[in-house]
Amino acid sequence: MAHEHKLEIFRGLWKFKSNTQKIWGVLIFLSVVTTIEVALGIIKPEWSMAKVLGMKLLNWIFIILTIVKAYYITWDFMHMRDETKGLRRMVVWTAIFLILYLTFILLQEGGYVFEVYDNGFIKRDF
Amino acid sequence: MSTAVAEGKTWGGGNQPLKVSYGKMMMWFFIVSDALTFSGFLAAYGFSRFKFIDAWPIADEVFTHFPFLHGVDAPMYYVAFMTFVLIISSVTMVLAVDAGHHMNKGKVTIYMFLTIIFGLIFVGSQAWEWNTFIKGDYGAIQTKGGNILQFGHYVDKNGEQVFKRVAVRDFAVAAKHQDRTQHVSKNGLWFVDEGTLPTFTMDEVIHGLQANKDVLVRTQIINEEGEKTVLSREESMNQVMKNGRLYVEGANLHVNEYGSPLFADFFFFITGFHGFHVFSGVVLNIIIFFNVVLGTYERRGSYEMVEKVGLYWHFVDLVWVFVFTFFYLV
Repeated sequence: MAHEHKLEIFRGLWKFKSNTQKIWGVLIFLSVVTTIEVALGIIKPEWSMAKVLGMKLLNWIFIILTIVKAYYITWDFMHMRDETKGLRRMVVWTAIFLILYLTFILLQEGGYVFEVYDNGFIKRDF
Repeated sequence: MSTAVAEGKTWGGGNQPLKVSYGKMMMWFFIVSDALTFSGFLAAYGFSRFKFIDAWPIADEVFTHFPFLHGVDAPMYYVAFMTFVLIISSVTMVLAVDAGHHMNKGKVTIYMFLTIIFGLIFVGSQAWEWNTFIKGDYGAIQTKGGNILQFGHYVDKNGEQVFKRVAVRDFAVAAKHQDRTQHVSKNGLWFVDEGTLPTFTMDEVIHGLQANKDVLVRTQIINEEGEKTVLSREESMNQVMKNGRLYVEGANLHVNEYGSPLFADFFFFITGFHGFHVFSGVVLNIIIFFNVVLGTYERRGSYEMVEKVGLYWHFVDLVWVFVFTFFYLV
């Protein structure tokens, strides 16, 4: 059975000799990212409290690191890297488009409802 | 080549443009639809959070426990541990898939077994997490508007005044006389039932507050420093006496001592739905494990079933990565 695996991650920066080695490499990478997330979450450094695009910088870092982790889980553990372009796009683009759309609408609406309460049109806090 | 021949080649069947078997492709499409279900939940969570952005509970203050370490403030360490367990189970799963490609039955067996064990550890941890969350910590007072008033006092820590939570049971004066006894269907109306009564009545809490002059109220509102607002002593007494209605301890679908009840609802729903996925994953893994042991795939000449169940298992890990971020970190 011929199962071809692409054995490099980080755009060829890190090459592996076998698929097993690549799996351990990805595990190390994911563990490092999780450790950074937890450490940042506990320390909450002063600089990360700055607001960027309406959200704390720290939260942006968390979200970006999450997407990085999701990428490596999908690409290397689920072998998306080895699938054809067609399948990859069918799965990834569909999901990403629909998720972004839904998230945008709901968060926008949630922010609006908050403003309505905040401006005192409806009283909730008693 | 004539058009007819070319058409026969393209549409005549037997083509695999995606170079993937039917089962694997359907597993991918199922994963897409399931990912959208989870996104729906997480986006709804985001909606509610944005709606109450100035009063949402702070996750670090809710999940502070670690098994066997009582009274130690350990925010997030346990969830981090759970995340590691799930990532490692993902690794053993992908190693099982890899061993399957090499038709190595022994290794597939070992790695499938390890995956099941790590999966069970994760589900068990989640059960513990739920239990801690439901049992509660300090207790709080719910106002008539459904807001939560928590209690604490200022203590001196290295020359700095730090606000420290105080459990209601530590200051409430427990009077012998309860306001009323719990209604049980066998003693009263047989068709009416009632949940457990609160441990303390409002009077007991108020008496306790009057006896302990240093206890202050902390509201749900988040101030500019990103911390919950602490009221002055007069305001504290005023809030509790004027608006306090009910003593709550722990969380369920109706009340939540940590803050907005919606937080508890989403916690139960999202982590519960994810935990159910992990549980089903473990069951599927066990079925596949026995098939491996019995040599089904050895005879079939392909370990693709391990690969398919592996895809599902990785997906469960993938979802957890997002739940971890949006529930515990952000």
